[in-house]
Amino acid sequence: MDRIPVLRMGSLLLITIQVDMHDKLALQLQDDVTERISEWGATGVLIDISSLEIVDSFIGRMLANIAAMSRVLGADTVVVGMQPAVAITLVELGMSLPGVRTALSVEAGMELLYGAATRADDAST
Amino acid sequence: MRVLNREVMPLKTSSDVVMARQKVRLWAVDLKFSLVDQTKLVTAASELARNALDHGKGGSMTIESLSNGSKSGLRLFFEDQGPGIPDIEQALKDGFTTGSGMGLGLGGSKRLVNEFSIESEVGKGTRISVIRWK
Repeated sequence: MDRIPVLRMGSLLLITIQVDMHDKLALQLQDDVTERISEWGATGVLIDISSLEIVDSFIGRMLANIAAMSRVLGADTVVVGMQPAVAITLVELGMSLPGVRTALSVEAGMELLYGAATRADDAST
Repeated sequence: MRVLNREVMPLKTSSDVVMARQKVRLWAVDLKFSLVDQTKLVTAASELARNALDHGKGGSMTIESLSNGSKSGLRLFFEDQGPGIPDIEQALKDGFTTGSGMGLGLGGSKRLVNEFSIESEVGKGTRISVIRWK
């Protein structure tokens, strides 16, 4: 079966969505991410959607679900690279992705996640 | 208003929804729609195709290129023989859902196009037509 790869980099999970996803693939990704977080003890999830030409309400809901499930499992999620035309359409559709942190680039997203991890370390020492 | 070209495709599986998006994108690119307009039309098509599949138990999409004087546009029909929509006004409201979605499908896609019409008969099915002018 088709799958979107979930890569591990230190304590982060990296996901790059490069195909036009059908709905089952999106649901599979949701399951895979939560399993990988608990298996690898990840503290951050970075999802790169720069190749996505549209985000409709289904994919929007998947992103919101991943962010919510990760949070419950103790990991932060950042969605990066949304194309401007996709952002315009998504807001007009009525979805502003509340609860999902976003950043313009992979670098900016990484900084957000590492920043959050460092703050958590400081707080625990 | 003249119809220049027409194509019909089935909406029976979730892969058909992906195909429908790609077809609408190709036609919108052919008509030289701007990137934002392409994205809006493809997103609306995705919502409506999924509706026809999830709520209407499958159906078809018809795509037409239109010419109206100096204007060109794309019209999409989504037809299904599903249970129909008893209260259309309620179904168009944001947040209304009978399925597992966000309830943004109908109302949201209406905002992404220029013309939107919906005919539905309980027990017979639903036909939605949308137009986006260039």
